[in-house]
Amino acid sequence: MKKLLSVFGVFLILLAVICAAGCVSTQQQEPTQLKIATTTSLYDTGLLDAVQDYYLDKYNVDLLITSQGTGKAIASAMNGDVDVLLVHSPSQEAVFIDDGYGVNHRGIAYNYFIIVGPADDPAGIAGMTPEEGVATLKALGDAGTEGIIFVSRGDNSGTHSAEKAIWKSAGFNYTAQITGCGPWYKETGAGMGDSLTTAGQLGAYILTDEATYLTYKKNNNLSLEVIINEGASLLNRYSIMTISPAKFPDTNVKDATDFTNWLISEDGQNFIGAYGVETYGKPLFTPMSTLNDSTLPPFNIDCKTPVVIPTA
Amino acid sequence: MGEITDGFLEAITLIVTMNPELMEIAGRSLYVSSIATLVAALIAIPIGAIIYYYDFRGKRTVINLVQTLYALPTVIVGLLVYLLVSNSGPLGPLKLLYTTNAMIIAQVILVSPLIVGLAIAALSGLDKEMKYTTMSLNARAYRAMMTLVRETKFAILSAVVLAFGRAIAEVGAVMMVGGNIRHFTRTLTTAITLNTSMGEFSTSIALGIILLTIALIVNFGVNFFQHYNGRMKDD
Repeated sequence: MKKLLSVFGVFLILLAVICAAGCVSTQQQEPTQLKIATTTSLYDTGLLDAVQDYYLDKYNVDLLITSQGTGKAIASAMNGDVDVLLVHSPSQEAVFIDDGYGVNHRGIAYNYFIIVGPADDPAGIAGMTPEEGVATLKALGDAGTEGIIFVSRGDNSGTHSAEKAIWKSAGFNYTAQITGCGPWYKETGAGMGDSLTTAGQLGAYILTDEATYLTYKKNNNLSLEVIINEGASLLNRYSIMTISPAKFPDTNVKDATDFTNWLISEDGQNFIGAYGVETYGKPLFTPMSTLNDSTLPPFNIDCKTPVVIPTA
Repeated sequence: MGEITDGFLEAITLIVTMNPELMEIAGRSLYVSSIATLVAALIAIPIGAIIYYYDFRGKRTVINLVQTLYALPTVIVGLLVYLLVSNSGPLGPLKLLYTTNAMIIAQVILVSPLIVGLAIAALSGLDKEMKYTTMSLNARAYRAMMTLVRETKFAILSAVVLAFGRAIAEVGAVMMVGGNIRHFTRTLTTAITLNTSMGEFSTSIALGIILLTIALIVNFGVNFFQHYNGRMKDD
Protein backbone atom coordinates (compact mmCIF):
# COMPACT_ATOMS: atom_id res chain seq x y z
CA MET A 1 0.00 0.00 0.00
CA LYS A 2 2.90 2.33 0.85
CA LYS A 3 4.42 1.69 -2.57
CA LEU A 4 1.13 2.35 -4.24
CA LEU A 5 0.98 5.71 -2.51
CA SER A 6 4.54 6.63 -3.41
CA VAL A 7 3.94 5.78 -7.07
CA PHE A 8 0.83 7.94 -6.94
CA GLY A 9 2.79 10.74 -5.32
CA VAL A 10 5.50 10.71 -7.95
CA PHE A 11 3.00 11.05 -10.76
CA LEU A 12 1.05 13.79 -9.03
CA ILE A 13 4.30 15.76 -8.63
CA LEU A 14 5.12 15.13 -12.28
CA LEU A 15 1.71 16.44 -13.29
CA ALA A 16 2.16 19.53 -11.12
CA VAL A 17 5.58 20.24 -12.62
CA ILE A 18 4.25 19.97 -16.16
CA CYS A 19 1.36 22.29 -15.36
CA ALA A 20 3.61 24.78 -13.57
CA ALA A 21 6.05 24.82 -16.48
CA GLY A 22 3.18 25.60 -18.82
CA CYS A 23 1.95 28.43 -16.58
CA VAL A 24 5.35 30.09 -16.43
CA SER A 25 5.82 29.95 -20.17
CA THR A 26 2.46 31.62 -20.86
CA GLN A 27 3.27 34.45 -18.46
CA GLN A 28 6.51 35.17 -20.24
CA GLN A 29 4.79 36.01 -23.55
CA GLU A 30 5.58 39.60 -24.51
CA PRO A 31 2.23 41.28 -25.28
CA THR A 32 -0.15 41.77 -22.37
CA GLN A 33 -3.37 39.82 -22.55
CA LEU A 34 -6.92 41.05 -22.29
CA LYS A 35 -9.59 38.38 -21.91
CA ILE A 36 -12.88 39.13 -23.61
CA ALA A 37 -16.08 37.13 -23.41
CA THR A 38 -18.50 37.68 -26.25
CA THR A 39 -21.45 36.18 -28.07
CA THR A 40 -21.37 33.85 -31.04
CA SER A 41 -23.35 36.20 -33.29
CA LEU A 42 -20.80 38.98 -32.88
CA TYR A 43 -17.79 36.67 -33.17
CA ASP A 44 -19.09 34.79 -36.20
CA THR A 45 -19.01 37.96 -38.30
CA GLY A 46 -15.21 37.99 -38.16
CA LEU A 47 -15.07 41.59 -36.87
CA LEU A 48 -13.29 40.59 -33.67
CA ASP A 49 -10.58 38.63 -35.50
CA ALA A 50 -9.84 41.76 -37.51
CA VAL A 51 -9.81 43.88 -34.36
CA GLN A 52 -7.53 41.34 -32.65
CA ASP A 53 -4.88 41.55 -35.38
CA TYR A 54 -5.05 45.33 -35.59
CA TYR A 55 -4.97 45.88 -31.84
CA LEU A 56 -2.05 43.51 -31.24
CA ASP A 57 -0.11 45.24 -33.95
CA LYS A 58 -0.83 48.75 -32.74
CA TYR A 59 -0.92 48.44 -28.94
CA ASN A 60 0.86 45.14 -28.23
CA VAL A 61 -2.16 43.81 -26.36
CA ASP A 62 -3.32 40.33 -27.28
CA LEU A 63 -7.10 40.12 -27.19
CA LEU A 64 -8.06 36.64 -26.02
CA ILE A 65 -11.60 36.34 -27.29
CA THR A 66 -13.88 33.50 -26.28
CA SER A 67 -17.34 33.26 -27.79
CA GLN A 68 -19.74 30.73 -26.38
CA GLY A 69 -23.16 32.26 -26.31
CA THR A 70 -24.47 35.12 -24.18
CA GLY A 71 -25.37 32.88 -21.23
CA LYS A 72 -21.89 31.44 -20.84
CA ALA A 73 -20.23 34.76 -21.69
CA ILE A 74 -22.10 36.42 -18.83
CA ALA A 75 -21.43 33.46 -16.50
CA SER A 76 -17.70 33.68 -17.28
CA ALA A 77 -17.77 37.39 -16.53
CA MET A 78 -19.64 36.81 -13.25
CA ASN A 79 -16.93 34.30 -12.23
CA GLY A 80 -14.21 36.84 -12.99
CA ASP A 81 -12.73 34.54 -15.64
CA VAL A 82 -12.51 37.37 -18.19
CA ASP A 83 -11.74 41.09 -18.06
CA VAL A 84 -14.28 42.49 -20.46
CA LEU A 85 -17.78 41.57 -21.63
CA LEU A 86 -18.92 42.44 -25.15
CA VAL A 87 -22.59 41.60 -25.76
CA HIS A 88 -25.89 42.75 -27.27
CA SER A 89 -28.62 42.06 -24.78
CA PRO A 90 -29.75 45.27 -23.01
CA SER A 91 -31.95 43.47 -20.47
CA GLN A 92 -29.22 41.03 -19.41
CA GLU A 93 -26.62 43.83 -19.37
CA ALA A 94 -28.81 45.90 -17.03
CA VAL A 95 -29.05 43.03 -14.53
CA PHE A 96 -25.29 42.43 -14.78
CA ILE A 97 -24.51 46.06 -14.00
CA ASP A 98 -27.18 46.43 -11.30
CA ASP A 99 -25.68 43.44 -9.52
CA GLY A 100 -22.34 45.22 -9.39
CA TYR A 101 -20.44 43.02 -11.85
CA GLY A 102 -19.93 45.55 -14.62
CA VAL A 103 -18.65 49.12 -14.85
CA ASN A 104 -17.74 51.54 -17.65
CA HIS A 105 -20.66 50.53 -19.86
CA ARG A 106 -20.38 52.03 -23.34
CA GLY A 107 -22.22 51.52 -26.61
CA ILE A 108 -19.97 50.76 -29.56
CA ALA A 109 -22.11 49.93 -32.57
CA TYR A 110 -25.53 48.87 -33.76
CA ASN A 111 -27.30 47.26 -36.62
CA TYR A 112 -30.70 45.72 -37.05
CA PHE A 113 -32.18 42.34 -36.48
CA ILE A 114 -34.06 41.10 -39.49
CA ILE A 115 -36.61 38.40 -40.06
CA VAL A 116 -35.51 36.25 -42.97
CA GLY A 117 -37.43 33.46 -44.65
CA PRO A 118 -38.08 31.59 -47.90
CA ALA A 119 -37.94 33.84 -50.97
CA ASP A 120 -41.59 33.15 -51.90
CA ASP A 121 -42.73 34.21 -48.38
CA PRO A 122 -45.45 31.55 -47.89
CA ALA A 123 -46.89 33.42 -44.91
CA GLY A 124 -47.11 36.68 -46.86
CA ILE A 125 -45.65 38.78 -44.05
CA ALA A 126 -43.35 40.99 -46.14
CA GLY A 127 -43.98 44.66 -45.39
CA MET A 128 -45.54 44.00 -41.98
CA THR A 129 -44.10 45.23 -38.69
CA PRO A 130 -42.15 42.58 -36.77
CA GLU A 131 -45.06 42.24 -34.32
CA GLU A 132 -47.68 41.74 -37.02
CA GLY A 133 -45.34 39.36 -38.79
CA VAL A 134 -44.81 37.02 -35.84
CA ALA A 135 -48.52 37.17 -34.93
CA THR A 136 -49.38 36.08 -38.48
CA LEU A 137 -46.81 33.28 -38.33
CA LYS A 138 -48.31 32.04 -35.07
CA ALA A 139 -51.86 32.16 -36.40
CA LEU A 140 -50.90 30.24 -39.54
CA GLY A 141 -48.67 27.84 -37.59
CA ASP A 142 -51.36 27.05 -35.04
CA ALA A 143 -53.81 26.43 -37.87
CA GLY A 144 -51.38 23.81 -39.19
CA THR A 145 -50.77 25.60 -42.48
CA GLU A 146 -48.40 23.66 -44.70
CA GLY A 147 -44.87 25.08 -45.03
CA ILE A 148 -45.02 27.57 -42.15
CA ILE A 149 -42.05 27.09 -39.82
CA PHE A 150 -40.33 29.47 -37.46
CA VAL A 151 -36.88 28.59 -36.15
CA SER A 152 -35.79 30.05 -32.83
CA ARG A 153 -32.33 30.03 -31.25
CA GLY A 154 -33.96 28.96 -28.00
CA ASP A 155 -30.66 29.43 -26.13
CA ASN A 156 -31.14 32.64 -24.12
CA SER A 157 -28.73 34.40 -26.44
CA GLY A 158 -28.98 38.11 -27.17
CA THR A 159 -30.85 37.29 -30.36
CA HIS A 160 -33.22 34.98 -28.51
CA SER A 161 -33.86 37.76 -25.96
CA ALA A 162 -34.70 40.10 -28.82
CA GLU A 163 -37.07 37.50 -30.26
CA LYS A 164 -38.82 37.12 -26.89
CA ALA A 165 -39.16 40.90 -26.66
CA ILE A 166 -40.91 40.94 -30.04
CA TRP A 167 -43.34 38.18 -29.01
CA LYS A 168 -44.05 40.15 -25.85
CA SER A 169 -44.74 43.42 -27.65
CA ALA A 170 -46.94 41.48 -30.10
CA GLY A 171 -49.06 40.56 -27.06
CA PHE A 172 -47.99 36.99 -26.36
CA ASN A 173 -46.73 35.35 -23.20
CA TYR A 174 -43.60 33.66 -24.50
CA THR A 175 -43.33 30.83 -21.97
CA ALA A 176 -47.03 29.99 -21.96
CA GLN A 177 -48.03 30.62 -25.57
CA ILE A 178 -44.98 30.32 -27.81
CA THR A 179 -42.26 27.95 -26.68
CA GLY A 180 -43.24 24.35 -27.33
CA CYS A 181 -46.61 25.39 -28.75
CA GLY A 182 -46.49 23.27 -31.86
CA PRO A 183 -44.44 21.70 -34.62
CA TRP A 184 -44.26 25.00 -36.52
CA TYR A 185 -42.07 26.55 -33.78
CA LYS A 186 -38.66 24.86 -33.63
CA GLU A 187 -35.95 25.71 -31.11
CA THR A 188 -32.42 24.76 -32.21
CA GLY A 189 -30.53 25.58 -29.02
CA ALA A 190 -27.57 26.41 -31.24
CA GLY A 191 -25.56 29.43 -32.32
CA MET A 192 -26.69 31.96 -34.93
CA GLY A 193 -24.85 30.38 -37.87
CA ASP A 194 -26.05 26.85 -37.10
CA SER A 195 -29.60 28.08 -36.58
CA LEU A 196 -29.51 29.91 -39.92
CA THR A 197 -28.38 26.70 -41.62
CA THR A 198 -31.21 24.80 -39.96
CA ALA A 199 -33.72 27.43 -41.05
CA GLY A 200 -32.29 27.38 -44.58
CA GLN A 201 -32.61 23.61 -44.80
CA LEU A 202 -36.17 23.67 -43.45
CA GLY A 203 -37.26 26.66 -45.53
CA ALA A 204 -38.24 28.43 -42.33
CA TYR A 205 -38.50 31.96 -40.99
CA ILE A 206 -35.93 33.07 -38.43
CA LEU A 207 -34.91 36.20 -36.57
CA THR A 208 -31.21 36.95 -37.10
CA ASP A 209 -28.77 39.78 -36.75
CA GLU A 210 -27.99 41.33 -40.10
CA ALA A 211 -24.21 40.84 -39.82
CA THR A 212 -24.33 37.06 -39.34
CA TYR A 213 -26.96 36.78 -42.07
CA LEU A 214 -24.79 38.64 -44.61
CA THR A 215 -21.69 36.66 -43.62
CA TYR A 216 -23.56 33.42 -43.85
CA LYS A 217 -25.40 34.17 -47.06
CA LYS A 218 -22.11 34.89 -48.76
CA ASN A 219 -20.17 31.94 -47.36
CA ASN A 220 -22.86 29.34 -47.53
CA ASN A 221 -25.29 30.15 -50.37
CA LEU A 222 -28.05 30.46 -47.81
CA SER A 223 -31.41 30.32 -49.58
CA LEU A 224 -33.21 32.68 -47.18
CA GLU A 225 -34.14 36.25 -48.11
CA VAL A 226 -34.84 39.33 -45.97
CA ILE A 227 -38.58 39.49 -45.29
CA ILE A 228 -38.93 42.12 -42.52
CA ASN A 229 -36.25 44.69 -41.75
CA GLU A 230 -38.11 47.67 -40.32
CA GLY A 231 -39.45 48.23 -36.85
CA ALA A 232 -38.28 49.76 -33.57
CA SER A 233 -38.05 46.36 -31.88
CA LEU A 234 -35.41 45.23 -34.38
CA LEU A 235 -32.64 47.46 -33.05
CA ASN A 236 -29.51 45.45 -32.17
CA ARG A 237 -27.19 47.38 -29.90
CA TYR A 238 -23.68 46.18 -29.04
CA SER A 239 -21.98 47.37 -25.90
CA ILE A 240 -18.90 46.74 -23.82
CA MET A 241 -18.35 46.71 -20.08
CA THR A 242 -15.40 46.10 -17.79
CA ILE A 243 -15.67 43.50 -15.04
CA SER A 244 -15.82 45.39 -11.77
CA PRO A 245 -12.53 45.26 -9.82
CA ALA A 246 -14.65 45.53 -6.67
CA LYS A 247 -15.79 41.95 -7.40
CA PHE A 248 -12.53 40.66 -8.92
CA PRO A 249 -9.41 42.68 -8.07
CA ASP A 250 -7.11 40.57 -10.24
CA THR A 251 -8.60 41.35 -13.62
CA ASN A 252 -6.77 43.41 -16.23
CA VAL A 253 -8.63 46.72 -15.75
CA LYS A 254 -5.86 48.81 -17.31
CA ASP A 255 -6.06 47.14 -20.72
CA ALA A 256 -9.85 46.82 -20.38
CA THR A 257 -10.12 50.60 -19.96
CA ASP A 258 -7.76 51.31 -22.84
CA PHE A 259 -9.62 48.89 -25.11
CA THR A 260 -12.99 50.46 -24.26
CA ASN A 261 -11.58 53.91 -25.00
CA TRP A 262 -10.12 52.70 -28.28
CA LEU A 263 -13.46 51.20 -29.38
CA ILE A 264 -15.27 54.52 -28.79
CA SER A 265 -12.41 56.59 -30.20
CA GLU A 266 -12.50 57.92 -33.75
CA ASP A 267 -10.01 55.27 -34.87
CA GLY A 268 -12.00 52.42 -33.31
CA GLN A 269 -15.34 53.69 -34.61
CA ASN A 270 -13.92 54.07 -38.12
CA PHE A 271 -12.54 50.53 -37.91
CA ILE A 272 -15.97 49.16 -36.99
CA GLY A 273 -17.74 51.26 -39.65
CA ALA A 274 -15.37 50.08 -42.36
CA TYR A 275 -15.57 46.40 -41.53
CA GLY A 276 -17.33 44.32 -44.15
CA VAL A 277 -17.59 46.96 -46.89
CA GLU A 278 -14.96 45.26 -49.01
CA THR A 279 -16.43 41.78 -48.68
CA TYR A 280 -20.18 42.36 -48.44
CA GLY A 281 -20.55 45.68 -50.24
CA LYS A 282 -21.92 47.33 -47.10
CA PRO A 283 -20.75 47.73 -43.50
CA LEU A 284 -21.94 45.04 -41.10
CA PHE A 285 -22.16 47.50 -38.20
CA THR A 286 -23.00 51.17 -37.83
CA PRO A 287 -20.64 52.92 -35.41
CA MET A 288 -22.67 54.37 -32.56
CA SER A 289 -20.81 57.68 -32.69
CA THR A 290 -22.73 58.48 -35.89
CA LEU A 291 -25.84 59.09 -33.79
CA ASN A 292 -26.60 62.63 -32.62
CA ASP A 293 -27.38 61.49 -29.11
CA SER A 294 -27.15 57.81 -28.24
CA THR A 295 -28.39 58.33 -24.66
CA LEU A 296 -31.95 58.79 -25.95
CA PRO A 297 -34.33 55.86 -26.54
CA PRO A 298 -34.16 53.40 -28.13
CA PHE A 299 -30.37 53.33 -27.65
CA ASN A 300 -30.15 54.55 -24.06
CA ILE A 301 -26.40 54.29 -23.74
CA ASP A 302 -23.39 56.60 -23.60
CA CYS A 303 -21.00 56.07 -26.48
CA LYS A 304 -18.72 59.11 -26.29
CA THR A 305 -17.46 59.85 -22.77
CA PRO A 306 -14.04 58.20 -22.30
CA VAL A 307 -13.86 55.83 -19.34
CA VAL A 308 -11.29 55.93 -16.54
CA ILE A 309 -9.65 52.97 -14.82
CA PRO A 310 -12.20 51.77 -12.25
CA THR A 311 -11.11 51.43 -8.65
CA ALA A 312 -12.28 48.71 -6.33
CA MET B 1 -22.41 18.79 -54.57
CA GLY B 2 -20.52 21.87 -55.78
CA GLU B 3 -20.05 22.92 -52.20
CA ILE B 4 -18.23 19.73 -51.33
CA THR B 5 -15.90 19.73 -54.33
CA ASP B 6 -15.20 23.46 -53.95
CA GLY B 7 -14.55 22.84 -50.28
CA PHE B 8 -12.11 20.07 -51.05
CA LEU B 9 -10.27 22.14 -53.63
CA GLU B 10 -9.93 25.07 -51.28
CA ALA B 11 -8.94 22.69 -48.51
CA ILE B 12 -6.12 21.26 -50.61
CA THR B 13 -4.95 24.79 -51.47
CA LEU B 14 -4.92 25.78 -47.80
CA ILE B 15 -2.92 22.69 -46.90
CA VAL B 16 -0.46 22.81 -49.80
CA THR B 17 0.32 26.49 -49.20
CA MET B 18 0.85 25.68 -45.52
CA ASN B 19 -1.64 28.35 -44.40
CA PRO B 20 0.04 29.68 -41.22
CA GLU B 21 -3.10 29.83 -39.09
CA LEU B 22 -4.06 26.30 -40.12
CA MET B 23 -0.58 25.01 -39.25
CA GLU B 24 -0.66 26.82 -35.91
CA ILE B 25 -4.01 25.23 -35.04
CA ALA B 26 -2.84 21.77 -36.11
CA GLY B 27 0.36 22.19 -34.10
CA ARG B 28 -1.58 23.18 -31.00
CA SER B 29 -3.92 20.20 -31.35
CA LEU B 30 -0.95 17.91 -31.65
CA TYR B 31 0.80 19.51 -28.67
CA VAL B 32 -2.23 19.39 -26.35
CA SER B 33 -3.21 15.82 -27.21
CA SER B 34 0.36 14.47 -27.13
CA ILE B 35 1.12 15.95 -23.71
CA ALA B 36 -2.26 14.81 -22.43
CA THR B 37 -1.73 11.27 -23.74
CA LEU B 38 1.79 11.16 -22.31
CA VAL B 39 0.70 12.34 -18.87
CA ALA B 40 -2.30 10.01 -18.95
CA ALA B 41 -0.03 7.09 -19.91
CA LEU B 42 2.41 7.88 -17.10
CA ILE B 43 -0.44 7.91 -14.60
CA ALA B 44 -2.63 5.18 -16.03
CA ILE B 45 -0.18 2.40 -16.94
CA PRO B 46 1.17 2.09 -13.36
CA ILE B 47 -2.37 2.22 -11.98
CA GLY B 48 -3.40 -0.50 -14.40
CA ALA B 49 -0.38 -2.60 -13.41
CA ILE B 50 -1.13 -2.13 -9.71
CA ILE B 51 -4.77 -3.10 -10.11
CA TYR B 52 -3.73 -6.19 -12.10
CA TYR B 53 -0.89 -7.18 -9.77
CA TYR B 54 -2.55 -6.96 -6.39
CA ASP B 55 -5.54 -8.96 -5.32
CA PHE B 56 -7.87 -6.98 -3.15
CA ARG B 57 -11.50 -6.85 -2.17
CA GLY B 58 -13.68 -5.19 -4.77
CA LYS B 59 -11.13 -5.59 -7.58
CA ARG B 60 -13.89 -6.66 -10.00
CA THR B 61 -15.92 -3.58 -9.08
CA VAL B 62 -12.94 -1.28 -9.63
CA ILE B 63 -12.34 -2.80 -13.07
CA ASN B 64 -16.03 -2.45 -13.96
CA LEU B 65 -15.96 1.14 -12.82
CA VAL B 66 -12.90 1.90 -14.95
CA GLN B 67 -14.53 0.30 -17.96
CA THR B 68 -17.68 2.35 -17.39
CA LEU B 69 -15.53 5.48 -17.52
CA TYR B 70 -14.55 4.60 -21.12
CA ALA B 71 -17.87 6.19 -21.97
CA LEU B 72 -17.25 9.31 -19.89
CA PRO B 73 -19.00 12.08 -21.88
CA THR B 74 -16.56 14.78 -22.90
CA VAL B 75 -18.91 17.58 -21.94
CA ILE B 76 -19.15 16.20 -18.40
CA VAL B 77 -15.34 16.26 -18.18
CA GLY B 78 -15.42 19.78 -19.60
CA LEU B 79 -17.97 20.90 -17.06
CA LEU B 80 -16.05 19.30 -14.19
CA VAL B 81 -12.73 20.86 -15.16
CA TYR B 82 -14.44 24.18 -15.88
CA LEU B 83 -15.93 24.27 -12.38
CA LEU B 84 -12.57 23.27 -10.86
CA VAL B 85 -10.39 25.82 -12.64
CA SER B 86 -12.84 28.71 -13.00
CA ASN B 87 -11.90 31.76 -10.99
CA SER B 88 -14.50 30.93 -8.34
CA GLY B 89 -13.59 27.20 -8.29
CA PRO B 90 -11.09 25.50 -5.96
CA LEU B 91 -8.22 25.75 -8.46
CA GLY B 92 -9.17 29.29 -9.49
CA PRO B 93 -6.00 30.96 -8.14
CA LEU B 94 -3.89 28.94 -10.61
CA LYS B 95 -5.51 30.88 -13.46
CA LEU B 96 -5.83 27.81 -15.64
CA LEU B 97 -9.16 28.54 -17.36
CA TYR B 98 -8.85 29.34 -21.08
CA THR B 99 -5.29 27.97 -21.28
CA THR B 100 -3.90 24.92 -23.02
CA ASN B 101 -3.05 23.48 -19.59
CA ALA B 102 -6.75 23.32 -18.72
CA MET B 103 -7.35 21.50 -22.01
CA ILE B 104 -4.57 19.05 -21.18
CA ILE B 105 -6.07 18.37 -17.74
CA ALA B 106 -9.47 17.70 -19.30
CA GLN B 107 -8.02 15.29 -21.86
CA VAL B 108 -5.95 13.49 -19.20
CA ILE B 109 -9.12 12.87 -17.20
CA LEU B 110 -10.91 11.78 -20.33
CA VAL B 111 -8.40 9.21 -21.61
CA SER B 112 -6.82 7.88 -18.41
CA PRO B 113 -9.61 5.36 -17.72
CA LEU B 114 -9.18 4.02 -21.25
CA ILE B 115 -5.47 3.34 -20.72
CA VAL B 116 -6.00 1.90 -17.22
CA GLY B 117 -8.69 -0.47 -18.47
CA LEU B 118 -6.87 -1.58 -21.60
CA ALA B 119 -3.61 -2.02 -19.67
CA ILE B 120 -5.41 -4.33 -17.23
CA ALA B 121 -6.93 -6.21 -20.15
CA ALA B 122 -3.52 -6.52 -21.84
CA LEU B 123 -1.86 -7.79 -18.66
CA SER B 124 -4.70 -10.22 -18.01
CA GLY B 125 -3.93 -11.75 -21.38
CA LEU B 126 -0.57 -12.91 -20.03
CA ASP B 127 -0.10 -16.42 -18.83
CA LYS B 128 -0.99 -16.63 -15.11
CA GLU B 129 2.22 -18.61 -14.62
CA MET B 130 4.21 -15.62 -15.70
CA LYS B 131 2.71 -13.45 -13.00
CA TYR B 132 3.61 -15.92 -10.26
CA THR B 133 7.06 -16.59 -11.68
CA THR B 134 7.85 -12.91 -11.80
CA MET B 135 6.46 -12.47 -8.32
CA SER B 136 8.71 -15.21 -6.96
CA LEU B 137 11.82 -14.11 -8.86
CA ASN B 138 11.64 -10.45 -8.04
CA ALA B 139 11.70 -9.30 -4.44
CA ARG B 140 10.41 -5.87 -5.27
CA ALA B 141 6.85 -5.56 -6.56
CA TYR B 142 7.51 -2.64 -8.89
CA ARG B 143 10.26 -4.56 -10.70
CA ALA B 144 7.88 -7.44 -11.19
CA MET B 145 5.24 -5.08 -12.54
CA MET B 146 7.78 -3.49 -14.90
CA THR B 147 8.64 -6.92 -16.26
CA LEU B 148 4.98 -7.73 -16.86
CA VAL B 149 4.28 -4.37 -18.49
CA ARG B 150 7.28 -4.87 -20.77
CA GLU B 151 5.86 -8.22 -21.84
CA THR B 152 2.66 -6.52 -23.02
CA LYS B 153 4.19 -3.37 -24.43
CA PHE B 154 2.58 -3.65 -27.85
CA ALA B 155 -0.92 -4.10 -26.49
CA ILE B 156 -0.35 -1.22 -24.09
CA LEU B 157 1.04 0.94 -26.88
CA SER B 158 -2.14 0.28 -28.86
CA ALA B 159 -4.12 1.45 -25.84
CA VAL B 160 -2.07 4.65 -25.74
CA VAL B 161 -2.63 5.26 -29.46
CA LEU B 162 -6.35 4.73 -28.98
CA ALA B 163 -6.26 7.23 -26.12
CA PHE B 164 -4.43 9.74 -28.32
CA GLY B 165 -7.11 9.27 -30.94
CA ARG B 166 -9.86 9.99 -28.46
CA ALA B 167 -7.97 13.03 -27.14
CA ILE B 168 -7.28 14.68 -30.48
CA ALA B 169 -10.78 14.07 -31.84
CA GLU B 170 -12.45 15.47 -28.76
CA VAL B 171 -14.31 18.78 -28.92
CA GLY B 172 -16.77 19.30 -26.04
CA ALA B 173 -14.31 19.50 -23.16
CA VAL B 174 -11.61 21.59 -24.85
CA MET B 175 -14.27 23.99 -26.09
CA MET B 176 -15.53 24.53 -22.55
CA VAL B 177 -12.23 24.90 -20.71
CA GLY B 178 -10.11 26.28 -23.56
CA GLY B 179 -12.64 28.78 -24.85
CA ASN B 180 -11.58 28.35 -28.50
CA ILE B 181 -9.42 31.50 -28.32
CA ARG B 182 -7.69 32.34 -31.58
CA HIS B 183 -3.87 32.06 -31.47
CA PHE B 184 -4.13 30.66 -27.96
CA THR B 185 -6.43 27.73 -27.33
CA ARG B 186 -7.97 27.00 -30.71
CA THR B 187 -7.56 23.38 -31.80
CA LEU B 188 -8.57 21.44 -34.92
CA THR B 189 -11.89 20.30 -33.50
CA THR B 190 -12.95 23.63 -31.99
CA ALA B 191 -11.89 25.39 -35.19
CA ILE B 192 -14.03 22.98 -37.21
CA THR B 193 -17.00 23.74 -34.95
CA LEU B 194 -16.45 27.48 -35.29
CA ASN B 195 -15.88 27.50 -39.03
CA THR B 196 -18.92 25.32 -39.60
CA SER B 197 -21.07 27.70 -37.57
CA MET B 198 -19.65 30.57 -39.65
CA GLY B 199 -20.45 28.77 -42.90
CA GLU B 200 -16.74 28.48 -43.82
CA PHE B 201 -17.13 24.86 -44.85
CA SER B 202 -13.96 24.69 -46.95
CA THR B 203 -11.80 25.65 -43.96
CA SER B 204 -13.65 23.04 -41.92
CA ILE B 205 -12.94 20.40 -44.55
CA ALA B 206 -9.25 21.39 -44.64
CA LEU B 207 -9.02 21.10 -40.87
CA GLY B 208 -10.81 17.75 -41.01
CA ILE B 209 -8.35 16.43 -43.58
CA ILE B 210 -5.43 17.48 -41.37
CA LEU B 211 -7.04 15.81 -38.35
CA LEU B 212 -7.51 12.56 -40.23
CA THR B 213 -3.98 12.75 -41.61
CA ILE B 214 -2.53 13.08 -38.12
CA ALA B 215 -4.52 10.05 -36.98
CA LEU B 216 -3.37 8.13 -40.04
CA ILE B 217 0.31 8.97 -39.52
CA VAL B 218 0.18 7.99 -35.85
CA ASN B 219 -1.47 4.68 -36.62
CA PHE B 220 0.86 3.86 -39.50
CA GLY B 221 3.80 4.75 -37.30
CA VAL B 222 2.70 2.39 -34.57
CA ASN B 223 1.94 -0.38 -37.05
CA PHE B 224 5.34 0.00 -38.66
CA PHE B 225 7.02 -0.05 -35.25
CA GLN B 226 5.15 -3.21 -34.23
CA HIS B 227 5.90 -5.02 -37.49
CA TYR B 228 9.52 -4.01 -37.40
CA ASN B 229 9.92 -5.22 -33.85
CA GLY B 230 7.96 -8.37 -34.56
CA ARG B 231 10.32 -9.23 -37.40
CA MET B 232 13.36 -8.62 -35.22
CA LYS B 233 11.99 -11.07 -32.67
CA ASP B 234 11.30 -13.73 -35.28
CA ASP B 235 14.83 -13.55 -36.68
